[in-house]
Amino acid sequence: MMTENSRTRATAAVRGRIVEVPASQEDFKADTAVIRTMRKLRLPLKLRNRELTLLMFACAINSVAILLVQLGALGTVDLDLIYLGAGLSALVFGLHICLRYVAPQADPLLLPIATVLNGLGVAMIYRVDLATGASGWSAASTRQITWSAIAVLAAIAIIVLIKNHRVLFRYTYLFGAFAFVLLLLPLVPGIGREVSGARVWIGIGDLVSFQPGEIAKIALAIFFAGYLVRTRDSLSMVGKKFLGMQFPRLRDLGPIIVVWALSMAIIVFQHDMGTALLFFGLFTVMLYVSTGRLSWILIGFALFGVGAFFASQTLTYVHGRFQNWLDAFSTQVYDAQGGSYQLVQGIFGLAHGGLIGTGLGQGRPHLTPLSQSDYIMASLGEELGLAGLFAILGLYLLFVSRGIRIGFRGQDDFGKLLAVGLAFTIALQVFIMVGGVTRVIPLTGLTTPFLAAGGSSLVANWIIVALLLRVSDSIRTGPTQEVPS
Amino acid sequence: MNRELKRVSALVLVMFFALFGSTTVIQAVQADALRLDPRNTRALYDSYDTERGPILAGSTVIAQSVPTGDEYVFQREYPQGQLYAPVTGYFSPTQGSAGIEQYMNDYLSGTSNSQFLDTINRIVAGQAPKGAAVEVSIDPAVQQAAFDALGDRQGAVVAIEPSTGRILAMVSTPTYDPNVLASHDSQAVISAFGALEDDPLKPLSNRASSGNMNPPGSSFKVVVAAAAVASGKYTADSTFPNPVSLQLPGSSATVYNWNRLSCGPGETVTLAEAIRLSCNVPLAQLGMELGDDAIRETAEKFGFNSRMTLPMPAGISVYPKNLDDAQTGLTAFGQYEVRATPLQMALVSAGIANEGTVMQPTLVDRVTGRNLEVLKSFEPQVMNDAVTSETAASVTDMMLDSVASGQSNGARIEGVDVAGKTGTAQNGEDEPYSLWFTGFAPAKNPEVAVAVVVENDGNLGRHSSGNIVAAPIAKKVLEAVLNR
Repeated sequence: MMTENSRTRATAAVRGRIVEVPASQEDFKADTAVIRTMRKLRLPLKLRNRELTLLMFACAINSVAILLVQLGALGTVDLDLIYLGAGLSALVFGLHICLRYVAPQADPLLLPIATVLNGLGVAMIYRVDLATGASGWSAASTRQITWSAIAVLAAIAIIVLIKNHRVLFRYTYLFGAFAFVLLLLPLVPGIGREVSGARVWIGIGDLVSFQPGEIAKIALAIFFAGYLVRTRDSLSMVGKKFLGMQFPRLRDLGPIIVVWALSMAIIVFQHDMGTALLFFGLFTVMLYVSTGRLSWILIGFALFGVGAFFASQTLTYVHGRFQNWLDAFSTQVYDAQGGSYQLVQGIFGLAHGGLIGTGLGQGRPHLTPLSQSDYIMASLGEELGLAGLFAILGLYLLFVSRGIRIGFRGQDDFGKLLAVGLAFTIALQVFIMVGGVTRVIPLTGLTTPFLAAGGSSLVANWIIVALLLRVSDSIRTGPTQEVPS
Repeated sequence: MNRELKRVSALVLVMFFALFGSTTVIQAVQADALRLDPRNTRALYDSYDTERGPILAGSTVIAQSVPTGDEYVFQREYPQGQLYAPVTGYFSPTQGSAGIEQYMNDYLSGTSNSQFLDTINRIVAGQAPKGAAVEVSIDPAVQQAAFDALGDRQGAVVAIEPSTGRILAMVSTPTYDPNVLASHDSQAVISAFGALEDDPLKPLSNRASSGNMNPPGSSFKVVVAAAAVASGKYTADSTFPNPVSLQLPGSSATVYNWNRLSCGPGETVTLAEAIRLSCNVPLAQLGMELGDDAIRETAEKFGFNSRMTLPMPAGISVYPKNLDDAQTGLTAFGQYEVRATPLQMALVSAGIANEGTVMQPTLVDRVTGRNLEVLKSFEPQVMNDAVTSETAASVTDMMLDSVASGQSNGARIEGVDVAGKTGTAQNGEDEPYSLWFTGFAPAKNPEVAVAVVVENDGNLGRHSSGNIVAAPIAKKVLEAVLNR
């Protein structure tokens, strides 16, 4: 709103000047050209300067977090990690400078939020490394910093290469096929890897391992957005009314059934409930947003409910997850192989933190298994307390709301839908993970965006940041281009 | 599209509010309970960083942390470990904790919410963390007297201040040495713990507040007498037929008095006389006339069938449900499925002593922080108004007679009016007796109520009784309070 107003004011001022200073036609043209350039320069500077301030603040928070971890856990300051962190900060500032040239009107909050979340994640992963004595390349924090660098570079590449997000619309079905292949990859013998029961990894030798599902979620969001913009008329217009709601024709149920079947296949063959829930939730919400039919949400819920129920009855690992969720504290479930031990330890960690936490470097997050990945929120909650978790959840909420804001303000339906879809994946992923750790829902293996240790997730989420930045830039620049001069 | 986006925004908000809620529940609402979970090792590890607060009985230190200079920094020490083990419990690096050590851990380790400001001060001032001191209500002289009086017998003593519910003594034998479990040599601790767990005499179980549940036997007659008088249908002078034995209705069981004789010479016997001589036959008749509901109601007001925290949870004493007449008759002298802890029987006497009002029992007087500021103090709390003061006075008279000239005379103290009742409870055909005494003194302005249980016949075989074994122990405990 503010920029809208200032824009009007700027124009008024220009008009005022025109009246004041009668000039020749040539002068007038030159004058407007200068003013247009100036306007272009001044407005973006405002957004980008705001981003720069926030970014410096974010980096300050991250440095302080790492220093506190060192003081708390080591009692001294070890500069090596500070240098690595500084390198990472430099890359983030590089992204900021790129934005000044290629997407000057992009949203100023997305980058600082992603930076502070990523940094807090690194600090906590490093903290657990200190407790377990891991160092060098065996330390998850070193790898996380490296992956963060790769992720930010990927974001820079995306923002520079994709000048206009509408390009993606052209390749809708290509992205669909790409996502499908990515999801199938872990099932291919030789490169598929099974980690703690879930077959969602690929790897070449022991060198690199990657979760293609993370990238697939972006490809799917693009595909869904493109597909739904093309087909939503038939998906929303026809159908029978029942219980005061318009229900779709049977043949229009095709897409949702396909996505549902895909999700179920992921549950059955890859043992990955979280990803299935994420994809299905994403599709259902995008379907609803594009068609405006509440019945889609109902159908989606019903389908997934039925699927989840049958899965919990027939698949032992799903059944186990449900039992761990419902009856976590019973001795039998706690002691069972694959039982609720991890979950309960995570909850003990959170309880240990209490309201203000133990302070960075002063808790015992490493007592919880997977404290750097699945239970990163429990680790943060232990050392930063309820106050810290509220702040982190608030940051996520702000991030998501910026994404949905693009949906409200967007110029084209594809961009709107894509932004909402991408923002919603972040929201849903946070809900699935934090909800899993705090027993709102059964715990499933996803990553907590930006925070959790894991390269694929970092790269994917930074690509989401880049795409959101790109789409948001088109909103801000949109009206300015159409203002007649 | 905007209408849908608004709804999606609302959905996102709901999702996040669920997370705000769930984290709040875990980190604020349930945090204290979760810290107490024995599977939670974090609190235990924390204790090595902090100087754990001491546990004090009056001015006597019964548990403290002393600097060691090794990696653990502090070593927990129990100066008179065996004497105070039922109170302090233990604090072990590998086997969890028990007693005050477990249930006041938040304060002792300095992590309770009331130490919140202290924690912030400490962080700002850069001081080393230090836990709060827990002051228990135990009187060292009474505790020692009870411990000495029990000697090598297997049993327990609880002494309570009737007007406040403060526990003055809590002894359980055989006991153990918590120092052994506090050692930093985890292998030694594990084997010592295993040996204690495997010991058939179960030294780790606190017989005073939970442990083996014994039938209270005739000591339960106090509750039945109170229920009878409270009903308004009976007084101390109500009479009952006085046969030698009583065939219970619908059952092959026959009730005899303890000496297999009638209860005194008369054709009939009064309630007061039946209590004084501890007769079973008239009590069984009274019980059946009164009904199990009336007995249960009074018993529950004294604390039966309910959970108490001292702050450690006490075992639940039981007066059974759904009884037929024969079973009710047996419960009237504390047999069948009636089970009680010494704590419970002490509460019965304490309630009678306190004019019918049972005070909430507690082991902790106050908690003081590092600067001696009081973090928490326990005010006396009424648990139940069990009976009226008139009823209490009537039952007191019966208990006075029982000690002065009846079957509980083993607790008689020269120059002091002692009210009490013994019990010699059967545990089954060839099982050893559980021997009881419960009572209070002095009758006017009572200073202490006591309950004693001695298991396994008091090692004396079949000729033992509550009056021979338990009453003299109670007497020594009462004297210890009256002489202080």
